[in-house]
Amino acid sequence: MKAGWLGLAACLGLYAQGSSLVFRGARLIPVSGPEIAEGALVVEGGKIRAVGAASGIEVPPGARVIDVRGKTIMPGLVDTHSHIGAPAGADASGPIQPDVRILDSLNVRAASLQKARSGGVTTVNIMPGSGHLLSGQTLYLKLREGRTIEDLLIHLPGGRAAGGMKMANGTNSRRAAPFPGTRGKSAALVREQFVKAQEYRAKLQQAGADASKKPPRDLRMEGLVEVLEGQRVVHFHTHRHDDILTVLRLQKEFGFKLVLQHVSDAWLVAPEIARAGVASSLVLLDSPGGKIEAKDISFGNAAALEKAGARFGFHTDDSVTDSRLFLRVAALAVRAGCSRQKALEGLTLAGAEMLELQDRLGSLAPGKDADFIILSGDPLSVYTHVEQTWVEGRKVFDRADPKDRLYQTGGYGASHDDADHAELHGEAEAAR
Amino acid sequence: MKTLLVCWALALPAAAQIAVRGDTVYTMAGPALRDGVVLIRDGKIERVGPAREVAIPSGYRALRARVVTPGLIDAHATVGLSGWLNQPHDQEQVDRSAPVQPELRAIDAYDPRERLVEYLRGFGVTTVHTGHGPGALVSGQTMVVKTAGRTVDEAVVVPEAMIVVTLGGQGLESGAKAPGTRGKAAAMLRGELIRAQEYAAKREKAEAGKEPARDLRLEVLARVLRGDLPLLVTAHKSYDIMTALRLQKEFGFRLVLDGAAEAYLVLDAVKAAGVPVIIHPAMLRTWGEAENLSRETAATLKAAGIRLAMQSGFESYVPKTRVVLFEAAIAVKHGLGFEDALAALTIDAARILGVDRRLGSLEPGKDADVALYDGDPFEYTSHCTGVIINGQVVSDTPR
Repeated sequence: MKAGWLGLAACLGLYAQGSSLVFRGARLIPVSGPEIAEGALVVEGGKIRAVGAASGIEVPPGARVIDVRGKTIMPGLVDTHSHIGAPAGADASGPIQPDVRILDSLNVRAASLQKARSGGVTTVNIMPGSGHLLSGQTLYLKLREGRTIEDLLIHLPGGRAAGGMKMANGTNSRRAAPFPGTRGKSAALVREQFVKAQEYRAKLQQAGADASKKPPRDLRMEGLVEVLEGQRVVHFHTHRHDDILTVLRLQKEFGFKLVLQHVSDAWLVAPEIARAGVASSLVLLDSPGGKIEAKDISFGNAAALEKAGARFGFHTDDSVTDSRLFLRVAALAVRAGCSRQKALEGLTLAGAEMLELQDRLGSLAPGKDADFIILSGDPLSVYTHVEQTWVEGRKVFDRADPKDRLYQTGGYGASHDDADHAELHGEAEAAR
Repeated sequence: MKTLLVCWALALPAAAQIAVRGDTVYTMAGPALRDGVVLIRDGKIERVGPAREVAIPSGYRALRARVVTPGLIDAHATVGLSGWLNQPHDQEQVDRSAPVQPELRAIDAYDPRERLVEYLRGFGVTTVHTGHGPGALVSGQTMVVKTAGRTVDEAVVVPEAMIVVTLGGQGLESGAKAPGTRGKAAAMLRGELIRAQEYAAKREKAEAGKEPARDLRLEVLARVLRGDLPLLVTAHKSYDIMTALRLQKEFGFRLVLDGAAEAYLVLDAVKAAGVPVIIHPAMLRTWGEAENLSRETAATLKAAGIRLAMQSGFESYVPKTRVVLFEAAIAVKHGLGFEDALAALTIDAARILGVDRRLGSLEPGKDADVALYDGDPFEYTSHCTGVIINGQVVSDTPR
């Protein structure tokens, strides 16, 4: 039985890898170009090979043609701030912990990952919490079906797993010493560590190739040096208008790559954010308040940033908002005046840019990863369901499958972390 | 109650006459009207009908909308008690000094100027059933208020509406405090109701001047036993729902089930008991005792013929309140019929709250509470463009 199972899996794996798939007849929303009323999407070897009008696309020999007339296809969603998989970063021992990695904490069999797939999320930045000034190294994942965290990683040239660094200011990271008690102290503690990292880096540079002159390895400093050298983008949790400006000030002093996260008061300082040339990743909440820093949060943040000419996208902050309703976030931004194009970019390409993955994903374009979602209707309509989610040419969610559908609608057992799911759905993966 | 209403009427300026014309008017008292008109006079609905039959008298302020519905009813909230800022000074929804406190009145704790009250109003919510929240076995009372009014007296529709009971984990205490288990919680609740039965009997039988001393707590529970005040029982797990039904059978009180995440597991029992359900918000987070909730449950209950209303519920963090319009939209996305969802937000909510003679539909003589939209109210990108409460335009900013 086991051998037979693996044999079948091997066939499927070969099939998915070797042959082409042509999704024909759907409305295509490439995001990076105009919508195509009746399009065709050609997928081969996990990549998008062609995107165009159905009438003009050549079907490769041996390709399987899938009729998706009446459906809408758009790029897989990029969630730039999520907590699926029960990540646990820094602990209570100190406010700044750049050595801690989400890589070492995640449960890839968590129901929350399957729920995210059912919401159309294909790429996600999984972050530690905001109770620290610096809570650790984040992880950018592809939501491939996988049995281990390694199956989901995005490897950068040079082999390192892609990810950023999580920082925070405002009230969440304030508590008893050694944590800061005020905003002034918060900024001072951060500056102190960055200055130390600058000095550590200078020593490394002076030592050059001479290993005997190098300072002893320091995991905390190494994490910060990666930030100083632009190898890790800082994802900075910040809500209040003055806290946002403090982040911009720190960025200017130390020159790190930056994405503002949450940015509840974005509408109050949109011109300043635009002038700094920094991207914002927005969360939308169904009502203001709940914490003092979110007392003025507005559906209008996206429209305000768009008007100011600032770059922005969206995130779920799952479980603060639900990955299964990520499309809704963009629709609410449109409700409050954001353009449809910018809202759709904010779910896809803008997020890819924030994770520096825009060359690989975020739009339907030849050569990009075949990460896409098949929708029953318009992405910004409440009546639309995510019907299928595909990552790198493999289907990871299918609403027609009752087990998958359970994760999308909820029901008995939908929140139980499922040890078997990866095996049941991962035939092709297992054959790798 | 009568006094309260008189004060309220005197406090408001004379309402203008308004004519609302809608491409579609959902009256919730018959089929939807295409090109309908709602005439409003002196705070009440004067006339409703197709535009070709209902002429708009001169002097009426004319409003137009694509879609017109009765003002929405949030059938269970804590808004006005659980404040926007979520700081100790603005959280009034539960007092933890004792597990059973049905004598705590919502009218003594409501802030009508709370920003979240205004926020809900902007989305067409004109009435909220709000008050004490989950977090204790019996946390206190609820009331029904309009989302307009400078004082609670101006806003109130029903000053004492229901008694809030929480079964399951959220109603339990920690450490050595009781109730620490489900069995203990049910035993305590039964004990209180039996004491109330005896108290009521003694008061009734006693000669004038020899009645037992008044007991505020037992007085309220005696009203529950008389059927004056329903118990609003929050229960998510299927076995907690069954406990609520068991207690209802023993004591015969009026029961309204709240939350009911696992109602689909015991659908027959809920239906047989004939109790209405104020279903959990469709977007409630799927953790704790609500981990098995399904966004299809509203549709399931409706299909089973169970009376249904929508709630914003209680949120301890962000968002500090949910919006029933948004929650109903997600229920519609997951199979609840469009007009069934509207009914759950209007006339069926009014029936469950016992205010359907005044609220919940667009019919002559009812309060002029109306919501206007520029499209399908449930669509994410539509806006609520106008809100009328007691015949006065209280919001005209598209939201």
